[in-house]
Amino acid sequence: MIWQIDLAVLVLVVICAIGALAVKDLVGASILFGAYSFLMCILWAVMGAVDVAFTEASVGAGVSTVFFLAAVFRTSRRSKD
Amino acid sequence: MKLISLALVVLLGGLFMAATADFPDWGDPASPASVHVSPRYIEKTMEETSVPNIVTAVLADYRGYDTMFETAVVFTAGVACFLLLRRRDPRPGPERIYRHQATGVIVEMRHKPAKEPAGEVFARIDDDWVPHDLIIMNVCRLLIPFIQLFGLYVIAHGHHSPGGGFQGGVILGASIILLALSWDLRTAMGRLSEAATGLMSAVGVFIYAGVGAMCLAMGSNFLDYEALGPLMFVDPVHARSLGIFFVELGVGLAVMATMVLIYKNLASEGRLDQGL
Repeated sequence: MIWQIDLAVLVLVVICAIGALAVKDLVGASILFGAYSFLMCILWAVMGAVDVAFTEASVGAGVSTVFFLAAVFRTSRRSKD
Repeated sequence: MKLISLALVVLLGGLFMAATADFPDWGDPASPASVHVSPRYIEKTMEETSVPNIVTAVLADYRGYDTMFETAVVFTAGVACFLLLRRRDPRPGPERIYRHQATGVIVEMRHKPAKEPAGEVFARIDDDWVPHDLIIMNVCRLLIPFIQLFGLYVIAHGHHSPGGGFQGGVILGASIILLALSWDLRTAMGRLSEAATGLMSAVGVFIYAGVGAMCLAMGSNFLDYEALGPLMFVDPVHARSLGIFFVELGVGLAVMATMVLIYKNLASEGRLDQGL
């Protein structure tokens, strides 16, 4: 583990998490959540849990982002709060 | 109200952060999680199941019950999505919209035609009209076979490398979803109909439980693949490896079909006629 890369990825994870909560546009929130999942996948891979990283990349960053987008396009795009 | 929630979140987050200080070090061999059953798995997996990837052996063999019910959970999610979203009433608005392939002229039909126009000349398009993009359609058409091949590789090669039924099934399902996104939902439905997805997700769970029941019928414990050796004319160690492969196939089938089923119902508001 290289601590500089680890720190950068961890900071990006926190930024993506806060961004996904704060953004009013739900499409942007879905994409940010996908980015969050992908950064988590990098973290899993760095820690040596390659199977978990693979699952996170395919399920978290891939399919669930598409599900979120489909749900957003069929409901409303702006969040109320 | 917002202030109270913020205070609660900060308090709980602080508690969690304080608790992590008591965690064992990363990769510490003396941590409680690494001294209980892990050494046994690490030492015995290769000689008991001949599967180099210990994660796969633990998931599908030593902890087979967990994985079976995870598959059942995925199947239940698909059924729940179907029961909540699926509806039979037709979409309001013009009945059918067609695009003349050569000129790009759009034709609206007020009533459902008795016979579909020839696909070569007129192609049906969606109500919420999106531009016809040749590049996206053809790049995706070229990519999808390779994505599906990779999904099959991930399922079949889970014994030796990271991967297995869940990941491979999701990749296979995503390839169909990519087809639905880049072409339209009707094309994807033509490849994998609603009945096919429903049947495949049920058959996947059935394969997993069926392998377990077959072990039971051979006079052993549920999901004890060693008992399948005489059926496949292999020794017990090889039988466990093959048993893992069969249940991974079931998981892959169920996960793939469920992903496609959920996407179809979400993207078309449960009408399954046209999607994003």
